[in-house]
Amino acid sequence: MEDLTRNQIKELLESLYDRYGYDFRDYNTAHIKRRLTNRMTLSQLSSSEEFRNKVLEEPSFASLLLKDLSIQVTEMFRDPSFYQALRNTVIPLLKTYSFLKIWHAGTASGEEVYSIAIILKEENLYDRCLIYATDFNQQALDKGREGIYSDEKIQENIKNYRLSGGEGSLSDHFVYKYNKIIMNASLRKNIVWANHNLVTDSVFAEANLILCRNVMIYFNKDLQNKVHNLFLQSLSNGGILCLGMKENMEFTEAKDKYMILDKKNKIYKKKYQFSNH
Amino acid sequence: MDNIKAVVIGSSSGGINALSFILERLPADFKIPVLVVQHLHAESEGYWIDLINKKSNVIVKEADNKENIQEGHVYIAPPDYHLLVDYDDTIALSKDEKVNFSRPSVDVLFESASDVYGTRLAGIVLTGANDDGAQGLKRIKEKGGITIVQDPAEAAYKEMPEAAIRKSKTDFILSLHGIVEFLKKSNIKIR
Repeated sequence: MEDLTRNQIKELLESLYDRYGYDFRDYNTAHIKRRLTNRMTLSQLSSSEEFRNKVLEEPSFASLLLKDLSIQVTEMFRDPSFYQALRNTVIPLLKTYSFLKIWHAGTASGEEVYSIAIILKEENLYDRCLIYATDFNQQALDKGREGIYSDEKIQENIKNYRLSGGEGSLSDHFVYKYNKIIMNASLRKNIVWANHNLVTDSVFAEANLILCRNVMIYFNKDLQNKVHNLFLQSLSNGGILCLGMKENMEFTEAKDKYMILDKKNKIYKKKYQFSNH
Repeated sequence: MDNIKAVVIGSSSGGINALSFILERLPADFKIPVLVVQHLHAESEGYWIDLINKKSNVIVKEADNKENIQEGHVYIAPPDYHLLVDYDDTIALSKDEKVNFSRPSVDVLFESASDVYGTRLAGIVLTGANDDGAQGLKRIKEKGGITIVQDPAEAAYKEMPEAAIRKSKTDFILSLHGIVEFLKKSNIKIR
């Protein structure tokens, strides 16, 4: 199999964008290369030319590639220290609102948004919330909307739920049937699942809390700045932004617009802005 | 032999001691950036990195996403993240699937670094009880880089060095002491 060069990767991404409108041109090349190479191996393609022709000529192959490129590995209560901070630092602030909107951007198959819903429920806040869960991968969104997961990682999920300060029982929030975990309908009722692309779409909704964890980690600096701008426009004054544990605001243009609530867990609060009008 | 632009190191069981041995012996004027994958539990804390840093003449730190790769720095992969080198000489972290049951994975670092540095990369596999790194070292060799494996006779766990040696022709099989000497010599060439 031919090893993809940087230029060939660029051409492939251009083709995908020109033909289908999916834009991966501003993603980390090293990361994209791993996924493209995996696809080449799985589909037994020998050259970049063959790869590109297949993308251009076969929409079904392109959608397979789209799935490869957009796949997000996610688990319930992954990074327990973050969920603990959410409980201890963010929830008390949210309790001051009579009604609030939460935007979970890049929700993938939904494990994270259910983890957040569980905390809101346990803190008696859920019924005052509207949660938008968005992603551009429709298949992943459909899976999230269904809320049915394999029980493969359940022991680890339960352990992480406890580590995050959960005092109830994680199993109160789902039904276990045929080796599957089915999330309770009461967790799902205030979640709105919607297709939204952070790279190409504009502001989605106004929100008091935005969570976007380990999504922008794959973007280059320009694209990160663009998405940060989108979040700034969407967040209400005093609104809260949560990023992944290794996503530093320090290297972005948005850093002066926020104060740090929790440095380790990457939780930020938007400073109040006074309009000139 | 071309001047080396970066060194990548992979280690697993017994690796923290081996890494301490090497990194604490690098001279203050050591210029070549070093990138390290040490297998760790996902929730482990980075105290050992601070300890090595205090005892070292170079800067040893956990890698941040998008950070520029600089001279005289040693970057350690954070637990539960893959560490990659991007083409603009920056660090790229990823939460992708585990590779060889590991995140971070040595193969992921070695393969991405070999794409960027080619012949100007040295890859080193140290002690460990699995075979992560073997495929990555093979790639470094294919792209004309230098491959080094810790002498299995000396390694705390010999499986990982042995797997690397089996997978492709290794340029040097060295003791930890020998690895330090190799690094010092490579550094003199670029000064």
